Amino acid sequence: MSLIAVRAGRTGRFLWSAWAGLAGLSVFAAAWQLGHEAYGSFILPSPTETLSTMALLLADTQTWWLVGATAGRALMGFVVAATIGTLAGVLAGYHPAVMRLARPQITLILGVPPIAWIVLLMIWFGNGAGTVTATAAIACLPIVFVGAAEGIAGRDRGLDDMARAAGIDPVTRLIQIALRQMLHALFPALVMALGTAFKAAIMAELLANAGGVGEELAVARANLDVAAALAWILLSVTALISVEYGILQPMRSEFETWREAARPWGVKR
Amino acid sequence: MGSEAVNMLRLDHVGHAFLGRTVLDAIDLEVEAGELVALVGPSGSGKSTLAHIAAGLLEPRQGHVTRGYRGHAVIFQEPRLMPWATAGDNIAFGLRRHHFKRSVCRQKVLAVADRVALDARDLEKFPSQLSGGMRQRTAIARALVAEPDFVFFDEPFTALDVALKRRMQDIVIDTAAATGQSGLFITHDLSEAVRIAHRIVVMERHGRGIAGSRTVPLSPGMRDDRMVFETAQAFLIGDRLFAHVNDCDERSLA
Ligand SMILES: Nc1ncnc2c1ncn2[C@@H]1O[C@H](COP(=O)(O)OP(=O)(O)O)[C@@H](O)[C@H]1O
Ligand SMILES: [Mg+2]
Repeated sequence: MSLIAVRAGRTGRFLWSAWAGLAGLSVFAAAWQLGHEAYGSFILPSPTETLSTMALLLADTQTWWLVGATAGRALMGFVVAATIGTLAGVLAGYHPAVMRLARPQITLILGVPPIAWIVLLMIWFGNGAGTVTATAAIACLPIVFVGAAEGIAGRDRGLDDMARAAGIDPVTRLIQIALRQMLHALFPALVMALGTAFKAAIMAELLANAGGVGEELAVARANLDVAAALAWILLSVTALISVEYGILQPMRSEFETWREAARPWGVKR
Repeated sequence: MGSEAVNMLRLDHVGHAFLGRTVLDAIDLEVEAGELVALVGPSGSGKSTLAHIAAGLLEPRQGHVTRGYRGHAVIFQEPRLMPWATAGDNIAFGLRRHHFKRSVCRQKVLAVADRVALDARDLEKFPSQLSGGMRQRTAIARALVAEPDFVFFDEPFTALDVALKRRMQDIVIDTAAATGQSGLFITHDLSEAVRIAHRIVVMERHGRGIAGSRTVPLSPGMRDDRMVFETAQAFLIGDRLFAHVNDCDERSLA
């Protein structure tokens, strides 16, 4: 089987599975419609109204810039957190002592509400992109760290010994055996961290008036424009989903082909 | 073996403890060039621990290990395959340190897979798609593919059915005879030991030293089933050295 055919097959199966996702979304839209019919357009505009507002927004290039700015900041924070979190997590996974030292800090970072970070960061960095990016990074750092650390700590040590017995040098062992096993725990953590980064970035933009989708939401709130607010929310969710399914999930299926193979027939997507 | 025989592996007074509990004590063992030594002992007597120490995967608490061979391979009690790699890639992992060209690797993998009765089609599969016996054969192929001059076998054939077990034993016997490979073959199956080894070493109960050793008559390839059966029976019934080999009470260890 050629590599391209395998990937095409995987993409095909994935797109096919989108039907199931659409079915789920339709149920959600139906519930939304019910809410709309009960409370009226002022409280809850219908899905079609929201979609047409979104279409109007998308016709304006300005919107693309705003969504791009938010996504860029969120991604920047995500990448910073993913890098630092993975490095620190690998270290902690290898050394239980580091892990014991890091645990309380993780609890601390998780315990401080994001709002508090935003206030602090606004004081330190001002109301700019820096604050937004840093908020996103801080919000998703512990998630990545824990994922990486658990992935390394939970590795199969038998494979380490096997590689050592096969005369493999430590660097290759780290990359080929330990990091490879870590991916299993790291990917779900990355997916969650990415979502967190988007949420944190939009919140920071809203509170710091730092432009992007967050500030548009603030404007919509000031105008009591629910349709616009919902349209902006929909836009940012779409941005998140396209990053996740455009970048993260393909990477994951590239590395986790074997899990696909290990799954029983009925469970394959 | 002549007087000038080289020690491929030599353990001097090796001892080990896990969390303060002694599992091995005062183990002396020698394996000469071209010699396949079977190490038998009851389950839980520390055979795997001894193999790991001898292969350098574990630092012994006492004593030391001298190695005279160029390169070794270890076949573990469990297959220890990388679940994310196909059977073929798992086997090729045994060649990693040699930095062969891809085509050479591929050739060697195919050749060794054929020897352990794995189809070329099976090489495309992931370990989760293989049967237990196929996984263990993949692990055996991974060890043999680099043609090491010393092999540690840690009860490698326990999971295989009788026919495959024989076939694998024959591979070990033939490889050793053809290449002059030496090895330490750990097993708790005395007839397996009699079938493939030049010499059988018996562990004391609970790893308290080596109880003694017996040289098996004839060379490994020349023994027929009857001879193997009778020798194993004679050892078990008539030789006090083997009296505790089939003990399976591990509770007394604690
Ligand atoms: N990593 C370990 N930590 C603690 N105890 C161990 C460990 N590995 C083995 N042991 C103990 O050492 C003893 C010998 O084990 P092992 O060498 O696997 O025996 P065998 O291979 O002869 O069955 C057993 O009692 C086992 O519980
Ligand atoms: Mg064992």
